[in-house]
Amino acid sequence: MSDLRELYQEVILDHSKHPHNFRAMQDASRSAQGYNPLCGDKVTLYVKLEGDRITDVSFQGTGCAISTASASILTQVLKGKTRDEAEALFERFHDLVTGHGEPDGKGPDLGKLAVFSGVSKFPVRVKCATLVWHTLRSALSGSEEVVTTESAVE
Amino acid sequence: MATAPEVAKPLARPISQPAFNVVRIREDFPILKEQIHGKPLVYLDNAATTQKPRAVMEAEQRFYLTQCSNIHRGVHYLSEQATRAYEDVRVKVQRFLNAGEAREIIFVRGTTEAINLVANTYGRKNIQAGDEILITAMEHHSNIVPWQILCEEKGALLRVALINDHGELLLDEFEKLLNPRTRFVSVVHVSNVLGTINPVAQIIKMAHRWNVPVLLDGAQAAAHLKVDVRALDCDFYTLSGHKLYGPTGIGVLYGKAALLAAMPPYQGGGDMISSVSFAKTTYNVIPYKFEAGTPNIAGTIGLGAAIDYLNGLGFEAVGAHEQELLAYAAQALSRIPGLRLIGTAKEKAAVLSFVLDGLHPHDVGTVLDQEGIAVRTGHHCAQPLMDRFGVPATTRASLAFYNTKEEIDALVKGIQKVKEILG
Repeated sequence: MSDLRELYQEVILDHSKHPHNFRAMQDASRSAQGYNPLCGDKVTLYVKLEGDRITDVSFQGTGCAISTASASILTQVLKGKTRDEAEALFERFHDLVTGHGEPDGKGPDLGKLAVFSGVSKFPVRVKCATLVWHTLRSALSGSEEVVTTESAVE
Repeated sequence: MATAPEVAKPLARPISQPAFNVVRIREDFPILKEQIHGKPLVYLDNAATTQKPRAVMEAEQRFYLTQCSNIHRGVHYLSEQATRAYEDVRVKVQRFLNAGEAREIIFVRGTTEAINLVANTYGRKNIQAGDEILITAMEHHSNIVPWQILCEEKGALLRVALINDHGELLLDEFEKLLNPRTRFVSVVHVSNVLGTINPVAQIIKMAHRWNVPVLLDGAQAAAHLKVDVRALDCDFYTLSGHKLYGPTGIGVLYGKAALLAAMPPYQGGGDMISSVSFAKTTYNVIPYKFEAGTPNIAGTIGLGAAIDYLNGLGFEAVGAHEQELLAYAAQALSRIPGLRLIGTAKEKAAVLSFVLDGLHPHDVGTVLDQEGIAVRTGHHCAQPLMDRFGVPATTRASLAFYNTKEEIDALVKGIQKVKEILG
């Protein structure tokens, strides 16, 4: 498979064209905004928590195929996870897209997130894939500040 | 004896010029032979920076190999040579812009620094609370933010003249915004996103009726149009060397001598003083008052070589080739289903911004890059302009005289590939 086909896998394109959980959430426990000033991508992430467990996640915004698909898949994989599980998943995902992780390394199973493996060959696109995850971290920590890809260290 | 007929006089250029030989010209730019991802480089990001002809690199290298020395202070041979080479470029720039005097040419890092210099000196001295500064809706962030900072500091108001759907300035609306409180006008000559060539001569006339000075941001104009600051009667003109086939880190501020002389200094340091004591410092005369510290000597010399190169080609030939390419590209792109050009002004430089239905520019840029095609994607440092057209970002192909129709064809094929991959 060419690098491009690996980056833009069908699953990613499907999610970017028909994103899941693409809606505002009136009764969200937490929400946060993420922004990539270099390409203008904007995402608002809504999280509903029951105790330590994420019971619902949704998002709105505009972005490229990678950032939209990343947000869409994030909302699917996080439902039912605890905060610690979400954080562990981000670390694993981060390793995947930056090409740092071991394929069979420790940590939670990436599941659907594995479709983003092609991102590691496109270093400038890492920020597209991780924007929503940084935004999640901000939502869970209750930060008021807009997350930008320029303040997050990849 | 009768006077010789006009035709007998030697002409600066032969009457019938050979056709613009782009193949030969490309030989002067070594980078154009590079392969990117195994494909020949198609460089269409000239509005971001232009490639450099060998002559520019050789001039910089020659300075470091045989002339390297500081300027304006040594009595030794090398310093004298370096000073002469540096000051020769000032005269070259003066002629390039048709300025009246060489001392009206200030060397800076680039357009951004030139605008900041004017905002910090002329602006700080002359703008008061309640005053207005007028810009347009198509400015680059570098011609918005310095004025915003000044307005915030002074309690002044930044006003914005609007544009139509083609990306043309609404000149009537612009004129209506001029009023007794207007103290400064700062306008882009050629838009980096839209390619629009603004009617700067009319803008300047209108502003001068109110005795308001005008700065032109020439970052995108100077490489594509013959600029004549005296014919335009502009008060300040700015340009960046690296967008003019020269090195990065060198640029020019032109200012009318009387205005420059009355302005306070920008940065303090060596070379900008005539005498210093702990009680009082007397500033140097222009242009040196605005050139504190050791300047970018090699860059300046490189800029001189770039100007020589461009003059050698001639703006007429460059302009004709670029306009032909622009027309060809605009036609080819507008035939692509789902593609919308952003910026369709009648007077336009060779910049093509576009959006593709349902596809984000960032993805478009990634696929094109894999085809060896370098374009810019994003907001192009003009976020208010993106808002005006209701798009988060665009893909931009910006052309130079070394581009070819074959490269436009490659872009069109690349866009088809984009649709194939992302469609």
